[in-house]
Parts: sequence; C-alpha cells; structure tokens
Amino acid sequence: MRRFVTDLTYDDVTQKEVFLNRRALLRSAAAMGAASILPFEAAARDFAGGETPNKFEDITAYNNFYEFGTGKDDPAKYAGQLTTSPWSIEVDGMVDRPGSYSIADLIDADDIEERIYRFRCVEAWSMVIPWNGVELNKVLSKLGPQPGAKYVAFETLVRPAEMPGLRNTSIDWPYREGLRIDEAMHPLTLLATGIYGEPMPNQNGAPIRLVVPWKYGFKSIKSIVRISFTAEEPPATWNMLQPREYGFYSNVNPEVDHPRWSQATERRIGDGLFARRRPTLMFNGYEDEVASLYDGMDLTQFY
Amino acid sequence: MRDRINTLVRRTPNWALYTLSVLPPAWLLWQGAVGALGVDPVKVIEHELGILALQALLLGLAITPLRRHARLNLLKWRRPIGVIAFFYVFLHLVTWVLLDMQLYWEQMLKDIAKRPYITIGMVSFVLLLPLAVTSNNLSVRRMGAAAWQKLHKLVYPAVLLGAVHNVMVQKVWEVEALIYLGLALSLLAFRVRLPRVRSTRQA
Repeated sequence: MRRFVTDLTYDDVTQKEVFLNRRALLRSAAAMGAASILPFEAAARDFAGGETPNKFEDITAYNNFYEFGTGKDDPAKYAGQLTTSPWSIEVDGMVDRPGSYSIADLIDADDIEERIYRFRCVEAWSMVIPWNGVELNKVLSKLGPQPGAKYVAFETLVRPAEMPGLRNTSIDWPYREGLRIDEAMHPLTLLATGIYGEPMPNQNGAPIRLVVPWKYGFKSIKSIVRISFTAEEPPATWNMLQPREYGFYSNVNPEVDHPRWSQATERRIGDGLFARRRPTLMFNGYEDEVASLYDGMDLTQFY
Repeated sequence: MRDRINTLVRRTPNWALYTLSVLPPAWLLWQGAVGALGVDPVKVIEHELGILALQALLLGLAITPLRRHARLNLLKWRRPIGVIAFFYVFLHLVTWVLLDMQLYWEQMLKDIAKRPYITIGMVSFVLLLPLAVTSNNLSVRRMGAAAWQKLHKLVYPAVLLGAVHNVMVQKVWEVEALIYLGLALSLLAFRVRLPRVRSTRQA
C-alpha cells in the first residue's frame, strides 16, 4: 500500500498570533456593520443550549487522565512534562492511505472551528466546554476507509518517562477506545486540538483528542497516537476492566444506570458549593442529532 | 507521661471537646465557600466529613484496648467522642442530601434501595441513631447500665459498615480505604478475644 506523504509540516499551521488577529479583524468588522456580523457569529457555534461554558481554569484543573494518576488533580500536576511536539499518529487497518502522519498532515487549519458542547462524565458530573477542532469525518475521509471498515479504534500515547500513572498496572495500557464508523463519521464527532482558542492543554489530552458529546467522557480518548480501521468491534479500556459498568457504546442515558450509581441526574460542576444538580438529558441533549444511529437497538442491552 | 495524659483527660471538660469538634467541619465549609477546595468542593466536603466520622468512630473503639494494654485511660472521653462521631456522620449525610443530591428525594430513595454502598452507609447511620438519642445521663439511669451498654454495642456493626461503605465508594481499590477497614477489623477482633482473656484470668 502506498504511504500518504505531504510536504506540509507543523510550521504550515496558521500561527496563533495570525489567527487571533484574523478574529480580531472579524470582530471589528462585525462591530462596524450588521452585514458583516455573519462571519463572527460563525466563529463559535453553540451546541449547549446557550449555557455559559465552564471557566478555562476549571476545565484544566479537574481531569480524568489515568496515565498521570487517578486523582482529579494529578493530570494538572504531572502532565506538564509531556512532550507533544513532534507528534505522530499511526494510521492502519482497513484504510487506503495508512502511514505515519503529523497533525498538520491530518488537519487543515482552515477547517478548525470552535464548538461549545456539553460534556458528561460517567461519574455523574458535567461541564460545558468550548472546543476547537475539526469534524472527525473530514480527517477519516482523507484517509480513505475501505468498505469493510466497520469500526474506528484509537489509542493513547504510552510514554512511561513522562506519564507516572502508567505504573498503575491494574489497567492494560495503552488506553483504547473505539467508535462504530457511522458514529465516527457523525458531524458532531470532533477531533479537538484546543480549548478556548488555546492549544489543547496537556492534561486535557494534548495535542489531539476525540470529543464525542453524546457519550460519556471516557469515550473521548486523549493524546491519540493511533487510528485503526477494523471490521470487528475494537477493545475499549473501561469496557475491558468492568464490562458490566462500562459498555462499548456508553451513550449518555438517564434511564440506564451505572450498576453502582444512578445516571438520572448530574452535577454541573464549577459553581463552587452551589453547583446545581439537574436531570441528565438523553444522549446528553443530542438526541435529535444522533438517536437515529441506534434505531432498532435495545439501549439497555447495548449500553 | 502516661499519668499526665490521664490527668489531662480527667480534667478536660466535655464542652471543650465539643467545641474543638466543630472546628474541622467549619474549616471545610469555610474553605469550600472561598473556593479553596478545588473545582468540586461538594465532593471534597462530603468525603472529608465521612473520613472524620470514621476516624472518630475508630478512636472510640480504641479506648478500651488503650486502657487495657497501654494503661491510657480515655474512658471519660468515650461518650463525647461517640457523640462527635455521630455529629460527623450526620453532617456527612446532610451534605449528601443538600449539597450533593440537592433534595432529589426520588433518586435518593432509589439509590438507598438499589446501590449497595449507599444502603450500607444508611444502615450504619440508622444503627447509630439510638446510640445518639441515648447518649445522656438520663437515658443511662432509665435503661440501667447493663441494658445501656448492650444497646451501645451497636457501634460495632456500625463502624464495620462505615468502613466497608468507604471502600465501596471508590472507583478502584484505594489503599487508604483498605487501611481504615483493616483498623476497624482489628479493633473488632480485639473484642472477640476479650471473653477468653478474662476467663483465663479469673480461673
């Protein structure tokens, strides 16, 4: 098979100063006249029903990233030492253009958009996060999935020298996750490279991670180094650990409880002592967009 | 040294213990209010109050072994320590009801019935209730010392369930929670051995 090559390097990605200036330009253009508001409006698309996003400090101080430790503050404490440049992603399996890619190979900077999504952890807390990223389908299409490819599998980096949590041997590293190909191609599924217009903080899965807003957070795998196209359902880390508690699909569903706790409600954290508990929405509020993916499936069986 | 401690215990009025016991929860609430407990202060307060309760219960169970083996006499503190332990258990429960579950009664009742770790925690609380209610001199007089002491043996299953509850709450096996469970089991094992020791002495 032919290896896909490109002469683009990471240096070809639009410099932050440049795109920030571009935004400032749009903003001032917007301020000047109603006719020019459109491009600025398109800059951040709200998929969270108008809710205020969590603060950058909250999003980056409270993480589950077991490669750095099991505590919520371990990733913020230890991820600083992670080297994210250079970064390469192996693409293999049932795909026309397998090979080793840099991020610039995979992502066209012009495709990067800002989207505000709800984020629901399986532990029954949630946040609202403004991600920067591209639709995964744009990347996958570029790679050329073959007709036999029914699933897409992802793997996280394993680098013991920089990831102290890997000493915890109760998990069979690397961290693995997967999606059915139609879930992966869904326009809501993002490959994210940033938060609040900043490059992805290490503790949030730098330099590139998945975001699947209608599934529990652990499906949104961080610091991706491998993308594989497979015919069979790929293994997924939490599912391997506790198949009764974490299904392959793991769609947010208030009616299917985790065996040890209810998923009916969630606490939207970040408002201190008064963070409000609220009912959890079916598919995390993305029911209209994604419910048809699961037509005819018993969601209590395929949880 | 030992005598000095014993004298100190005898001379400390109970109100001093009760006053001191208010400080840790007050400090937690204060830190939570000013944002010093991180992104999810509710979880921290809930967890820390549970740990405080477990520590107070274990301390209460340690008093008899300390007296027997180290000749440390903390007996005067045993009842206040028990009351304080219940106070912490109660605050832990109130935190769950008000700050964590926020009065979602239907879900709370379902959780109590369906989630083993919550069921176990609630049973432990219910076992401690009659002990808290009878923790006054009037109750001791009315019930008679023997019946009162018998009733207060309920603290044994309550501590054990509390420690098991703490192990089960964790997502993975946590060393700290297992240490608390180990302490609870050792202090209970000490009770199981007691009658045999006494009978050989009497023989």
